[in-house]
Amino acid sequence: MTKKYDAIIVGAGSTGVPTAMALGELGVKTLVIDSHPSPGQGENKHAIGGIRATHSDPGKIILGMRSLAIFSTWQETHGDDIEWLKGGYLFPVYRQEEEAILKGFLPTQKEFGLNIDYVAPQRIMEIAPGITKEGLMGGTFSPEDGSASPLLAINAFYRKALATNNVTFRFKEKVTAIAQAKGRVTGVITDQGAYSAPVVVDAAGPFSRELGKLANIDVPVFPDCHEGAITEPVKPFFEAMVVDLRSAPGSKNYYFYQSRHGQLVFCITPDPPILGTDTRETSVFLPQVAKRMVELMPRLKNIRVRRVWRGLYPMTPDGSPILGWNRDLQGLIHATGMCGQGFMLGPGIGEIVSRMITHQSTTNDNRVLDEYTLYREFGGKEGLQ
Amino acid sequence: MTQKRVTQHPVLEVPKGEEVPFTWNGKELTGRTGEMISSALFANDIQIFGHHHKDESPQGMYCANGQCSQCLVIVDGLPVKSCMTPLSRAMNIQSVEGLPKVPPEDTPQAFDPPEEIQTEVLIIGGGPAGLSAAIELGRLGIDTLLLDDKDRLGGKLVLQTHKFFGSVKDSWAGTRGFEIGRILEDQLKELDSVKVKLNTTAVGVFSDGIIGAVQDNRYVKIRPNKLLVATGAREKMLAFPGNTLPGVFGAGAFQTLVNRDLIKASDRVLIVGGGNVGIIAGYHAIQAGIEVACVIEGLSEVGGYKVHADKLERLGVPILTNHTVVSANGTDRVESVTIAMRDENWKAVPGTEQTFKVDTVLIAVGLSKVDEFFLKAKEWGMDVYAAGDAQEIAEASAAMFSGKIEGVKIAKALGKYDNEIPQEWTEKAAILKSRPGKAAQRPAPPQETGVMPVFHCFQEIPCNPCTSVCKEGIIHTENDAITGLPHVTDPSLCKGCMNCVAICPGLAVTLVDFRKDPELPIVTLPYEIDRGRVEKGNTIILTDVDGKEIAQAPVKSLITKKKYPGTLLVQVKLPKEIAKKAVGIRVQEQPFPAEEVPDTSALPDNAMICRCERVTAGKIRQAIKNGVRDMNQLKAISRSGMGACGSKTCRPLVWGIFREEGVDLKETTDRIDRPLFVEVPFGTLAGTKGDK
Repeated sequence: MTKKYDAIIVGAGSTGVPTAMALGELGVKTLVIDSHPSPGQGENKHAIGGIRATHSDPGKIILGMRSLAIFSTWQETHGDDIEWLKGGYLFPVYRQEEEAILKGFLPTQKEFGLNIDYVAPQRIMEIAPGITKEGLMGGTFSPEDGSASPLLAINAFYRKALATNNVTFRFKEKVTAIAQAKGRVTGVITDQGAYSAPVVVDAAGPFSRELGKLANIDVPVFPDCHEGAITEPVKPFFEAMVVDLRSAPGSKNYYFYQSRHGQLVFCITPDPPILGTDTRETSVFLPQVAKRMVELMPRLKNIRVRRVWRGLYPMTPDGSPILGWNRDLQGLIHATGMCGQGFMLGPGIGEIVSRMITHQSTTNDNRVLDEYTLYREFGGKEGLQ
Repeated sequence: MTQKRVTQHPVLEVPKGEEVPFTWNGKELTGRTGEMISSALFANDIQIFGHHHKDESPQGMYCANGQCSQCLVIVDGLPVKSCMTPLSRAMNIQSVEGLPKVPPEDTPQAFDPPEEIQTEVLIIGGGPAGLSAAIELGRLGIDTLLLDDKDRLGGKLVLQTHKFFGSVKDSWAGTRGFEIGRILEDQLKELDSVKVKLNTTAVGVFSDGIIGAVQDNRYVKIRPNKLLVATGAREKMLAFPGNTLPGVFGAGAFQTLVNRDLIKASDRVLIVGGGNVGIIAGYHAIQAGIEVACVIEGLSEVGGYKVHADKLERLGVPILTNHTVVSANGTDRVESVTIAMRDENWKAVPGTEQTFKVDTVLIAVGLSKVDEFFLKAKEWGMDVYAAGDAQEIAEASAAMFSGKIEGVKIAKALGKYDNEIPQEWTEKAAILKSRPGKAAQRPAPPQETGVMPVFHCFQEIPCNPCTSVCKEGIIHTENDAITGLPHVTDPSLCKGCMNCVAICPGLAVTLVDFRKDPELPIVTLPYEIDRGRVEKGNTIILTDVDGKEIAQAPVKSLITKKKYPGTLLVQVKLPKEIAKKAVGIRVQEQPFPAEEVPDTSALPDNAMICRCERVTAGKIRQAIKNGVRDMNQLKAISRSGMGACGSKTCRPLVWGIFREEGVDLKETTDRIDRPLFVEVPFGTLAGTKGDK
């Protein structure tokens, strides 16, 4: 006999675990299935830890603000230290091009209540000591944003989900089919068993397209590869996530911050994108990103890089998530295509999904769901990728 | 203040580097130019290099090999590994107290992007295996690049002052390790197709087939057709309270300080581990004038060669089997160590504790392969080979064979060598790796006339130099096998040349000469310790093979054979009844008394597992008890393995706790290793060439 649940989540990562936690808290009997051996072992652990509400689209601003509220109060609410650091996000500007882009986002961002301003070079140099002065025109700073440890956060969410006694995790198990009857999902079949539930949540990140294929649904998630790295710890000298939006040969933007441990964590966006699911580290990334970072902040040159990794961004054609009920297969929820922002959006997404399943969606939720429906035109382009 | 240096050594030449001033936390000190900063600090009796930012625990030397970052100091404002950075005049050196500050140097930088080098073969590591492989490749004219992170070739051969086992013909048996290193280096110099880069650290291997390396702060990308990993081994650590106090380090690290840098790194040591590494380290300590309280071994028998163990016991060092270490004690550094008998579960038996006053505890409980380059390159699908300890932990003589074999294998893969790999090599490598046989008692020859060698060699090991140096050809091993025990076929032919006494790596051959006085024959004994103790006329304590005192006698005469200058031949006259039993000269005349046992309430859970991130055994154990089975999750929640060394030290210890907790290792998932394997500054990676 198959085990019965109220909901099954495929993927114990940045989206799946906080969703399970939110469902468990609402009393929904939930099963989470992941092929990895423990939570967050897919792309969550590849995230560098930035958390912001500073987005350009209303949907992500809403999700980001809710997630920020959860991350920033986690320790006082639940006790576990997830290394939250309210350091803000800094987008320094050296060219008119970036100035125009960033200033263009400000009205929407302010409308949604974000604490963000375009600040003068002097202020930028206080926030990021040692940043190149020559050509610095200013930039935006949003002090309420910050960072936390993806590793600690997902394990805290995991423990919290278990503590509700409503959530079961099955690791090292791979979903092989989505069971359905009469146009409805009825559960999933894995390489080890079958589980039934009226709702299945796709939180499979880069592998959502593969999962969708099991139900003949095309989920337009196309992973690409990004490398990240971490340094030795040094005495903290800045707190903000510094994002340089400029492009250079071979790369687009890059960003870095100093974690609560004093370690710098950083990442770059390759140009052109490297499509696929190859998570093997290459020799290209470190010299490339190191040059750009030392150009921006020469004093970094003496800090030693410790470890490098490569992770996947589950990209969608327009750079925004896919969130909502599937219209063809009832009971299937898409919560995927986070385009590299799964960690920072996960808690907010989890709450929205939990309210969808328990029929408690709010107006704000519906606004987000409208924006990120699978049935939108994927023609646009997210501004602050 | 007198510096803590080895000023005379029976085997090694004492280097005379230029004395230069430097400052340590503002205090004026002197060191020798070119020596590693860590050695200069040890010479000035400084062993605490800073305090950890997490718990302010004292930090000091650990690996002495550039692999961990425990020995960081601040030099002219920047943190550096003191074990890998040479001292220069007027350096301003400071301890690392908490996290190091980033100097506010904000001048825009100019860049010179990293160079990419192509090579047919890349060898990482210039120790016995890497050198031997390079020689084979060089002889075939194959374009080869050899990297080594130290300032000289030889790897750990540099540290070996003792004569090697094996055979004279194949592996320079009877020659001292550091001399073998020089021989190999000289052979390599003749070969034009091999280029050597010293002071070059391989730091990572990437999926695009590139090995990243750093030489003189320059990052280079190397693209080989074939990769040979000959990176050797690293020392395993033990979990016990106090295990990260300065003064607890590996036997190999100790040998680096003492034998490479001639630093008197300790006044008195206790050695944990009775394998060859531990026993030899004890012997090296005494050669350097350092006392050895005892060697303890967990098993009921020493794992090392019996001749090595006998050699140490004869000097007066007790070897205690079935013992375990309870704790290293001290506030800022090791002041004493507590040991105890162990029960069948490897726990200390209460009431059997003993505490010895020592300033240093050497851990010699085995080696693990430095195989991260090999495993990653394999995962990336590169054509990669491993030799020496990186392939299989064994003696250096075996590493030389595996280097030759892998070198030729590579040549074959490149189509530059048509013949088969000599089967003899494989056989010899296998013999050299073989475990020693059971100890067997053998009576000395009964004759009491003429002159003859007496063999105090009772365990089958691959070693036969005594057979090769006998001019009369009367020394043979059983069946002439390299592992056979030696004997004299016809004692009447012996002329008493003493070659066999001088060459024996185990110092296990004596010569007994009845020709002048059959009642008081002259016994010739080999000796490699402080020569001041055995001057002519001095009374010395003579021991049997196990170190038991059997006589005291004055030194009659001293001989040094030109070919074997490191082994002094000491002659005494002894009554015929004991003449054939005498083989050792006791150096540590009295055993060290056990002190009062201090507070032993320190719990095993206080033992440090991840020394970089200061994660205790208790914390790991709790996570395992809570159900964690994935090493990656363990890392995520505890940070064990996230430090500078990248789990090189803690991984085996974590497996140990899994086992202690009764977890079937099949349920567990190993952690994922990633480059870099050694940290590299942003500036080096970026190719900064100074201020714009």
